[in-house]
Amino acid sequence: MRIALFATCIVDAMYPATARATVKILERLGHEVVFPSGQACCGQMHVNSGYLKEAVPVVANHVAAFDTADYDVAVAPSGSCVASVKHQHPMVARSCGDTALEARATAVGAKTYELSELLVDVLGVTDAGAQLGSYFPHRVTYHPSCHGMRLLRLGDRQSRLLRTVQGIELADLPEADQCCGFGGTFSMKNADVSSAMLQDKADNVRSTGAELCTGGDASCLMHIGGGLSREGSPVTTLHLAEILASTMAEQASVAGEVRVSTGKATR
Amino acid sequence: MSTFLGMPSLPAFGSGNLFAGESFPKAAHRELGNAQLRANLGHATHTIRDKRINVVSELPDWEQLRDAGSAIKQSVMARLPELLEQFEENFTARGGVIHWARDAKEANSIVAGLIRDTGETEVVKIKSMATQEIGLNEYLEEQGIEAFETDLAELIVQLDHDKPSHILVPAIHKNRTEIRDIFLREMPGADPDLTNEPSVLAMAAREHLRRKFLTAKVAVSGANFALADSGTLAVVESEGNGRMCLTLPETLITVMGVEKLLPTWQDLEVFMQLLPRSSTGERMNPYTSLWTGVTEGDGPQNVHLVLLDNGRSAALADEMGRSALHCIRCSACMNVCPVYERTGGHAYGSTYPGPIGAILSPLLTGIEAEENNSLPYASSLCGACYDACPVKINIPDILVHLRSVDVDSKRGKKKVPSQMDVGMKAASWALSSGKRLGLVEKGLPLGRIAAGPDKKITKLPGIAGGWTQSRDIPAPPAQSFRDWWAKEHQTPDNTPSTNNKEAQP
Repeated sequence: MRIALFATCIVDAMYPATARATVKILERLGHEVVFPSGQACCGQMHVNSGYLKEAVPVVANHVAAFDTADYDVAVAPSGSCVASVKHQHPMVARSCGDTALEARATAVGAKTYELSELLVDVLGVTDAGAQLGSYFPHRVTYHPSCHGMRLLRLGDRQSRLLRTVQGIELADLPEADQCCGFGGTFSMKNADVSSAMLQDKADNVRSTGAELCTGGDASCLMHIGGGLSREGSPVTTLHLAEILASTMAEQASVAGEVRVSTGKATR
Repeated sequence: MSTFLGMPSLPAFGSGNLFAGESFPKAAHRELGNAQLRANLGHATHTIRDKRINVVSELPDWEQLRDAGSAIKQSVMARLPELLEQFEENFTARGGVIHWARDAKEANSIVAGLIRDTGETEVVKIKSMATQEIGLNEYLEEQGIEAFETDLAELIVQLDHDKPSHILVPAIHKNRTEIRDIFLREMPGADPDLTNEPSVLAMAAREHLRRKFLTAKVAVSGANFALADSGTLAVVESEGNGRMCLTLPETLITVMGVEKLLPTWQDLEVFMQLLPRSSTGERMNPYTSLWTGVTEGDGPQNVHLVLLDNGRSAALADEMGRSALHCIRCSACMNVCPVYERTGGHAYGSTYPGPIGAILSPLLTGIEAEENNSLPYASSLCGACYDACPVKINIPDILVHLRSVDVDSKRGKKKVPSQMDVGMKAASWALSSGKRLGLVEKGLPLGRIAAGPDKKITKLPGIAGGWTQSRDIPAPPAQSFRDWWAKEHQTPDNTPSTNNKEAQP
C-alpha cells in the first residue's frame, strides 16, 4: 500500500522522531510511505480560535497537498489533526462558500486515518510485539486524548496496541478520560483553568509510578510533559508511535531519542 | 404607487441575568483561589457523574432516545410559531390566561401586576430557571412583594443572599456545615442545637417551608415542558415542594421560555426518560406534576402563563447556534465539564453556567453584550459535554462558531490589532504552504539556543506567557522532519523526490 504521511506541523517542527517512527512502523509492515511536501498544518488552531477566515488558506493548502498526491490512504500520528481534517475542513470550505473545496476536502478526509486506526482497522495489526517487533521494557501510563476518543471514537485501539508491546508494563491512568487542559489557545487565553486541569492530570500521571506517559497526540503530550518538567518531575512523555517503533535492536529511550541511528528509510 | 413592505426588524436580544459582568478568565482566576469551593464542586460533580453513567448505561436504547429527543426539539424549533398558537388556543380554552413577554422587563412587570391584582404581598416559588434569568425575585422585592424559594437548595442560596452556582443543584458550592451556619443565622426560629446531619437540616427546612405553603395564596413557577396538543404544563422536581406550590395556592403564575414546547403528550415519553437520568442520575423523576388550565373546585382557580422570548428568537435566527434552544436544563454538561468543575457556576456571570451557558448566554444577548464574548472561550473543546447531552446539542461546534462570530465582530473595529490577531495572521501565512513552513523551521536551532543547557524554554513573552505560567517547552530539534525526509530521499539527480507539485523546483 502507498501511504501518505501527514506529519502535522507540531510533529514536523518539534517532534520529528514521532514522524520518523511512524514511517518506520509502516515500512516495517512492507508499505511504501510518501511525504507530500506541500503539506503544512490542518488549521485547527485557527478554526478553534475563531479565525475562520485565516483558516481558509491553511485548509486549502492541506487539501491541495493531499488531493494531488498519489497514494492509497493518508495517516497522521494525531487524533486531533485527523479529526480536524475530517470534520472541520469541509465546514471551513462551506463557511467561505467554496463548494468545490468542500467536496475535495471531504474526499481527502475520507482517506485520512489516525495512526492506530490505520494500524488496527486497515493494516490488521493486533499484536504489536509479533507484527512490528515492538519492544519497550518500561513502566508506562497512557492518556487517551479527547479528540481521538470523542471525535474519532478510537476506543481502545491505542491501548490495545500498547498492551501487545513486548516488555511494556502498562499502568492504568486514573481519570484517564479527563482533558489535560491543553485546548490550543485555551492554554493561553484561560491559562489559570488550563493549569488547574494540567495539575490534576500531572498528579494522576505521577500516581501511577510510570516512567513516562504516552498517547497519540503530540500536542497533549507536550502539554503534560511541559507541566511535569516544570514540576521537576523525572516523568517524561513519549508518543505511542515511538513506542511501537522501538525494537530490541533499536530501543527508544524514555526521552524518545532512538539510541541507534535511524537507517535510511527503504522505498 | 408602491407599498413599503419593510423588513422585519431583527429579533431583540435578551436582558436580565444573562451577562458575564467580568471576563471569564478574570472571574475564573478568583474562583480558582477558593479551595473550599473546588473541593465541594469536585466531590459533587464526580458523584453526579458516576450516578448518571450508571443509569444511562442500563438503557440499551439510550443513543436512540437521544436521537429522538434531538429530532423532536428540532421539529419544535422549525415550527415554533404554529405550536405556540396551538398551545395558546388549548391553554385558553381550559381556563388559563396567556401573557406574551418580549424580554425580562416585560415579564417581570406582567408577573408583578398579576400578584398585585390578588392583593397579596407574599408568594411561594418553585425552582425555576426562567425566573432566575429575568431576575424576578429582585424585581418583586423592589415592588414590595416577598418571594420565598421552596426548593431546598434555592432556599439555602436565598437565605444566604447568594447566587445559585449550578442550574440543578444551586447550592453545590456549599457543604453541610456551611448550610447549618446559614440556617442558624438566617432561618427564623431555627433550633440553636441544629447539627450538620443532612436529615436534620432537611427537617429544619421542612418545618420552615410548611408554614409558607399553608399560608401562601400565590405561587410562581417555571415549566419544564408545555404540550401543544392539550395546553398542558409540566414541572418535574425531586422534593414535592413543587407539588405543594402547584396545588395549594389560589393563583398560579408560570413563567416559561417559548422553546419549552413539545408537540404532543406522547413526546413526553422520550423526555421523561432522558431528563431524570441525565440530571439527577435517577431512573424516574420523583414528582412529576402536569396541569391543564383550571379545574373547578380543585387547585388554583387563577392560572396564568407568561411566555418569555428574551432573546430566544435571536438565538433561533442563528442557524449554527439555534440548537442551543433544545436544552432541557438537565445540567449533565456542567457535571462533566472539566472547566466548570474547577471554576464553579459563578465564574460564568449568567444564570446559565457551564458549557450550555457558554453558548446560550451569548446567543440570547448577542456576542457583544458586556463580557459575554469571553464565554465561548471557556472551554478546552474536550467534547465531554456533547457526549453527555441528552438532546445531542453539539456544544463544541457552537462554541467554535461563536468564537468566529466574536472574532468577526471585531474585525476592522480595532485601531491596533491584538497579539492574537497578529499571531493568527502570521501563522496563517506560514502554515498555508509547505515551503514557507520549511523556511520557518530553518529557525529551529535558534530555539535550541534559547532553551540553553537545560534544553527547555521556561518563559515566553506576551500571550504565550500563559503557556509558560505552568509549563516548559522542550528545546526544539536540530532538524525538522521535513528537512530530514528531503535529505533522506534525494534522488540520483540530487533533487528531493516529491509527489507534490508545489515543491517541484
